[in-house]
Parts: sequence; structure tokens; C-alpha cells
Amino acid sequence: MSNAKLVAESGKIVDVAAKDAPLTVRGLTVSYGNKPAVFSVDASIPAGSMTAIIGPNGAGKSTFLKGALGVVPRLSGEVRIFGKLFAEARDRVAYVPQRASVDWDFPARVIDVVLMGLYGSVGLFRLWRSRHREQAMDCLERVGMADFADRQIGQLSGGQQQRVFLARALAQNAEFYLLDEPFAGVDAATERAIVSVLKELKAEGRTVVCVHHDLSTVPEYFDRVLLINVRRIAEGPVETTFTAENLQETYGGRLAATHIDELHLA
Amino acid sequence: MSFIEYFISALFLQAGYNSALVAVGAGLLGLSAGSAGAFIFLRKRALVSDAISHATLPGVGLAFMIMVAFGSDGRWLPGLIIGSAVSSAIGLLMVEWITRKTRLTEDAAIGAVLSVFFGFGIVLLTVIQTMSSGRQAGLENFLLGSTAGMLISEAMTIAIAGALAAAFVFMLRRPMTLVAFDPEYAATTGVNVRNIDLAMMGLALIVTVIGLKIVGLILIVALLIIPPVTARFWTNQVGPMIGIAAGVGGLSGYIGAVLSAAEASLPTGPIIVLIAFGFFLVSALFSPLRGGLASALRHQRFQRRVHRRQGLLSLARREPIYDGLTLRILRRSGMIRRDGVATARGRVAAQKAARDEARWAVARRMLPDDSAIERYDGLTPIERMMTPDQIDEIDRIIAARNGAKA
Amino acid sequence: MIDDLITALGAEFVQLSLSPIVIGILAAVACALPGNFLLLRRQALIGDAISHVVLPGIVGAFLVTGTITAVPMMLGAGVAAIIAVVMIEIVKRLGRVEPGAAMGLVFTTLFAAGVLFLEVTDTSSVHIDVQHALLGNLESLIWFDAEGWGSLFDPAALATLPPQLPRLAIVLVGIGLFILLFWKELKISTFDAAFAEAIGIRTRLLSFALVVATAIAAVAAFDAVGSIIVIAMFVCPPASARLMTNQLGRQVGWSVVFAVISAVLGYVFAGYGPGWFGSPYAVSAAGMIATISGIILILTCLFGPQRKRTGQRAEA
Repeated sequence: MSNAKLVAESGKIVDVAAKDAPLTVRGLTVSYGNKPAVFSVDASIPAGSMTAIIGPNGAGKSTFLKGALGVVPRLSGEVRIFGKLFAEARDRVAYVPQRASVDWDFPARVIDVVLMGLYGSVGLFRLWRSRHREQAMDCLERVGMADFADRQIGQLSGGQQQRVFLARALAQNAEFYLLDEPFAGVDAATERAIVSVLKELKAEGRTVVCVHHDLSTVPEYFDRVLLINVRRIAEGPVETTFTAENLQETYGGRLAATHIDELHLA
Repeated sequence: MSFIEYFISALFLQAGYNSALVAVGAGLLGLSAGSAGAFIFLRKRALVSDAISHATLPGVGLAFMIMVAFGSDGRWLPGLIIGSAVSSAIGLLMVEWITRKTRLTEDAAIGAVLSVFFGFGIVLLTVIQTMSSGRQAGLENFLLGSTAGMLISEAMTIAIAGALAAAFVFMLRRPMTLVAFDPEYAATTGVNVRNIDLAMMGLALIVTVIGLKIVGLILIVALLIIPPVTARFWTNQVGPMIGIAAGVGGLSGYIGAVLSAAEASLPTGPIIVLIAFGFFLVSALFSPLRGGLASALRHQRFQRRVHRRQGLLSLARREPIYDGLTLRILRRSGMIRRDGVATARGRVAAQKAARDEARWAVARRMLPDDSAIERYDGLTPIERMMTPDQIDEIDRIIAARNGAKA
Repeated sequence: MIDDLITALGAEFVQLSLSPIVIGILAAVACALPGNFLLLRRQALIGDAISHVVLPGIVGAFLVTGTITAVPMMLGAGVAAIIAVVMIEIVKRLGRVEPGAAMGLVFTTLFAAGVLFLEVTDTSSVHIDVQHALLGNLESLIWFDAEGWGSLFDPAALATLPPQLPRLAIVLVGIGLFILLFWKELKISTFDAAFAEAIGIRTRLLSFALVVATAIAAVAAFDAVGSIIVIAMFVCPPASARLMTNQLGRQVGWSVVFAVISAVLGYVFAGYGPGWFGSPYAVSAAGMIATISGIILILTCLFGPQRKRTGQRAEA
């Protein structure tokens, strides 16, 4: 990181190069109890990129995302979103939590969940109206779920639930999408549908970050990687950073050498 | 005799046979409640016992009415105990049935059962009040417990039942420990988890019904919950935890019964509960293992270590530091000057931190499978995890790589 | 038959039964409304905990003010409820114990402290007792000055309504407004707290507000109907309603219907039921209302169209 290009902005100093980057993280540490889940991680996500956060189970990938968005408290570290505090840039960001983190027995229909994404455009003390419903239907259309709008959410398969979550994020019409394990436990058709939507988002100039666990699809889906195992191991374009050496360091012995050979590494 | 003198003589069981028996009974009750509660607590079902205890009320009322119908005066304690046991067993089964058969979760089932059974019990009590023989029933005492005017036979019943419950816990301690600790593993070793769960709840039920007279049905659940929560502060192991919980429960019951015998205006149940809470409070604050003070200090120390380490690494990499706490910590330990420039000492420490960091990076590459390295928390000095010759090896690799770059 | 009904709903009914029934309905609905969200947030037992700490709250208020008027009592109970919620949170964090155990520890301790204070201080001159707090006194809330249905239009008679009635009406309106105005926020944060936090909903503040609304409902209701109904109405009507529908709005609607049915049938059975068996006495209305709500729950557990679970629960 070049230190020369530093300017003061609203009392804090940020990197000029990363000033307007969707996400700049410096020294992020999050701990559960007295054990750091994420330790002193730096990261910088450039605009218009599609980044996979990868690392072994329990390596702090999701925690990194939650810590960056302030969903869990940070022990230390600075986070800037488009050069601002998250609270000031909230409406430019869409966050998709892990599917398993919510109760799918909640009394709601598919359309109700997507409407939640339009929260920002409904006024305080107001309720959703028919124009919101139309917008929500468009989002469901994009993920191929329009026919399921009035279905109870508990009746969906895992892949369909993930599509509903993605539709909710689309409804937010954000510039920066952060998804926590969007491909976990989904069927192949859903995975294709989600990838094509994400690629559309990228084509529209938006930025996408996914916590991802399937190494074999990284080069196909993403253009950048952030390797995390409690600490940041490496970050950069897939071509130069998604290497056997970096993966070995990230995964340690948990990733068999033969497995690495099968990957389409740079 | 003054209160203190009476209290002390009662404490050593010299204040009369009756109050001694009550105190021993309450102690045994607390002992079995604490240990049974420990299993239930570990199984994360603490409030199921709240449903059980509130569900005793209709049974007490019905037993009274039946006994009156058969010509007795209806206050025979064993009869009331049997009635309360039956109705709380029904309440327990209702909780299970609702959670198994419907989409409702256990907390909702507990809330529903406890309020409805209690409400129905109150309806029965008002019916009893209108019965000619029921006016002096004194069944309200079952709400809050009372040892005043307790008959010797009743104290005896409670003491014997308390001893039996304690023995029951002792007999079942091994399978219950297994199930409480790891139900899936317990199942593979041939333990019938469902039966053991039922036995645990059965124990809670027994403790509840024998505690009705002394502690009362609203507060008996405290004797099942507070001792294990207290014990949890002192140990991470199941065995000692059960022992401590039993001790806390037993002492609370014993001291509480003695106190309320010494001062008749003190109601037994609330006194016992507040003594147990006293044990909890002291443990929660001062236990060195998980107590509040120790945890807060540990967390603060940990946060400082993290900030110090991150600050030193930033110094080594000549990166600016923005975090206020980091700056304060470095300044206070003499690592940087007021204007943020590193002191000589700071530079040395920063270099050491950076070297440590580089060594760890190499170590991870060198020994990717090593569990010691996987446990690395970013703060531990490498000297504590590796032998000097290992570190030498690491330094050789770093030197070789730097040479290659240059 | 019709004549019987007319007599039953005559002047005597207005004087003796109308106001308890209306108070019962108001209390039941005021508790059932926030109960819906507590149920979905797995906090059904918060209502249980809060209604237990009402007693120490009023005893505390009495110790501080030395009087036993409504306002300090309700304030005391409200303060105790908030203290209890904060204590539960502290015990949960400090002891790292499950919420159930933390709740059980806190509310039994506070309840015990309340009973103890009651016994050791001289409260014989005033009317607070444990039974009253538990059972309430619905039957006694009669409308002395009513002379028939016409009194509903007589300001002088209306002024003599039991004060619990307007108080509960105001509380019900307040809680209804809170839920209506923050419907979106309550719905989103109950379903997905992390998402709600990320889109800028103050989830902690909202949870606290919900607990405060719960406490207000509990405090206003207990004075009239006692804590048993309070606990039963927090849990049973919303739980029954959940088994009837898969939409939040309809669930809340059903819960109101069930709360009203419980209050009306419970009061009628308690007051008139024993007469059908030839007994001149009435039984506890509070207990009977709780019992009816339980019977409704059993019926919906057996026959509710949406009684079966369909979606997976959240992990951890």
C-alpha cells in the first residue's frame, strides 16, 4: 500500500487511490470471546470487480463481512464504504446474509421478503404500496421466481430461498453487493441463475463480493480473490493471486495437494 | 433468645426437633434440586421446569377435592403430592406434544402450559373455597411455600423424599452426564437419550412436588436454575459443576429454612431463593474463571494486546495509524512520541513484531498441517510455540528468499 | 330463551358484567398484540418474566412513596420490568447462559425479593397482596352508577367507570399505534435481524421498545386481571393464531379474535357457569379466561390449518 497518497478527510485519513472504492478495510479485528475470528485484516475492493472471499471453515470469512458492515462489533479497525462510514453509505450497499441465519417458518410469503428490500424507498410510518409490489415482482422475475410470489417461504427449497434473498437484494438497487455463501447448498440450476444475475450486476458496473467455498468455480465466476484464514493471506486478481502456494498457505493441510492440482490455477 | 442466638442454635440443629427436620429436609431438597437442575441446565431446558411447577396447581386442587369427596379433610400431604405429580406430568407431556406435533417452539409451549394450567388451578382453588370443608384448606400456601406450622409427619415426608431424589440423581449421574454433555455421542454408546431426558424431567418433577410445601410452586424453579448457573462460573467440567450446584442448592435450602424458622415473619421460599441468588451474585462477579471482573479485565488486556500488536506492525510497515486507542497505547508504553513518530524503543519493538509476523508466515508455509500453527491467534510470540532450532530454520528460509529477491 | 337473553343483557348486566368484560377484552388484546412478535422472536417467555416482576415493582413503589395509588404503582412495575430485562441481558452475557436460564434466575429472584419486602414491611394497612397480583380482581370492577344501556350515553355515569377501563383503552391504543407505525421495522427485524441492521433499522432499540410495550401491557393489565391472564394472553392467542395462517398480518388479526373470545367466554363461564351446575358461587374469571385460551390452543393444535412446520429453523 502506498503511503504517500494520503489526504485528510473529515478528520480521518484515507488512501486516495481507494478513496471511492466500494470497500476499504484497515486492520479489522473481530473476536468472539478472547479469540480473534478475524485478525488485523486489510482489504480493498475496487469498483466494478467481482471478488470471492475464500478460506477454510471457521476462518472468519463471514465474520469479516459482518465486521465490515458493523453487524458484529469490531475490536479494532477502520472500514470505509465508498470513502464514508457505513451509516452514511448504507443505501448504496445490499447485504445478503446466510440463508440458514433466518427462520424460514416465519409467517410471510415470497413477495413479502422481497418487499423488505424496498424498505429504504418506503417512508417512515408508511406501508408498501402497489408500485413497490411491481418493483418486487420485477426482481423476482430476474431470479426466475415470479410464479412463486404468493408462496409461503417455508415451502421453498434451499435454492429457491437463496433466489428470494437475491431478489430482495436486487430490490435494494445498490451499487455494492455483499453475499454470504450464496451458493451454499443450492441446486445446479439455482447456482447458474445466481451467477448470471451477479454477472449482470457486474456488467452494469456494480461491485460484487461473495463469501465462497467452492474453489473449483472461482476462476469461472470471479475476477478477484481475497484469501482469509483469520488473517489476510492474499488479495488480488484471480490470475496472480489464486495460486497453489497461496491456497496451501490459506488452507494448510486441509487442502490435499491433489485437489489443488485439479483446480484451474493461474 | 435473640434472633442471632436462635439462628445459630438452629443452624446446628439445636432449636428443636421439628425445625431441625425442616432444615434437613430443605437442605436435601436443595441438594437434589441443584444437581437435577445442573443436568437440565446443560440440556438447555431450564424453563421446562417452570412449566412443570406451575402445572402442579390443578393437581393439588383436584387431589384435595377427591380426598374431601372420600371423607378426609383433604390436607394429607402425600395425597396432594401425588395429585400435583400427575398434573405436572400431564403438563410436561403437553409441552412435548405441542413442540412435536405443531410448528410452535418450546418456549411458546412452556408459556402456554404454565399459564393455562396455573389459571385452571386457580379456578379449582376458587371452587374449593366455596366447598364447606375447604375454607381452611390453606392451599394458597403452595403458591409461596411455608414452613410455619408444619407437621412433623410432613417434614418427615419432605426429608425422606429429598433423600430419595438425591439418591436417584446419584444413581443416574453417569448416563445423565453423558446425555447432557453430548446427546449424539451418548446415543452411540447405547444410552437411550429419550428415556434419560424423561428421567431428568421426572427428577425436576419430583423436586418440584416435594418443594411445593417449603418453597412454593412459583419459586421452586429457582432452586433448579440458580445453583447450576452459579456453578457454571467456577468450572468448565460437568462433574464438578454438578457437585457445586448440589452444594449451592443444599446450602441455600438449609440456611434459608433455618433463617425462616428463626424469624417467623420471613417466608421460607423467598429466603431460600434470595440466598441462592447471593451465591450467584458473588460467583458472577468474583469467580476467577468466568466471573465478570475477571472477564472484563481479560477482555481489556486482550484488546490492548491486539491494538499494540497492530500498532507495532503499522510502525514497521511505516503506515500511518488512525485508531485513537492504538495511538494511546503506543504512546503510553513509550513506543511513539507525542507527534506519532516512533521512538528508538518503538522501532526495535516494531521490528521484532514484523520479524515475528514474517516468521509466522514462513512457518505456515513450512508446516501447513501443524495444529500449533492453526491455533495461532496473531498475538503469541513465536518463541513460545517453536524451539530455537525451528526458528533458525525459519530465519534461514527468510534470508534465502530475501537474497533471491535482491 | 330470547327473553332469558334480554334479561341476561339487561340493566344488571350493564352494571355488573359489562365493565369487567370490556376490561377483560382490552387487557387480553393489549397483551396478545405484542405477544405475536414475542412468539416469532422466540421470546414468548419474556411476558412470563415481566409479569412475575410486576409484584416487586409495586412493592418497591409502595416502599418509596408510601402510598398505594395507581400511578406510582404502575411506574414502579414498569421500572421493575425494565430492570428485569436489563438484568436478564447482563446474566445472559456475563454467564454466557441460555436465555431461558437467565430469565428464570432473574424473575424468581425479583419475585422473591418482592414477596420478602411485602412480608417484612408493614403493608397491613394497605391492600397489596400476592394473590391480588396473581389473580387480579376482574369481578369487582363493576360499574356502580350504571342503570342500563342508556348509561353509556350519560357523561355522569361514564365518569364513574372503573379507572382501569380508560387506562387499558389508552394502553391498547398506544400499543396498537406502535405496532401499526413500526410494522415494517418489526416485521423485517423479526425475520432477519442481520439484514435489518444492515439496512439501517435500529434493531436493538426496536427490541427494547417491544419489551417496553410488553411491560406496559403487562402492568396495565395485571392490576385489573392479574398476572395469570397476562402470561396466558401473551402466549396463547398468538400461538393459536400462528397455527391458523401463514401471513403475519392475518396472524395478528386471529390473535385478536382469540383474545376476545377467551375474555368473553372466560368471564361468562366463570360468572354464570357454576350456576348451570347449581352452585351459587362464581369461580375465578382470570383463571377461566386463561383456561379458555388454553382450550382454544389445544383446538388449533389439533385442527389449525397451518399447524405443521414447513420451513427450517434458523441455525443457532
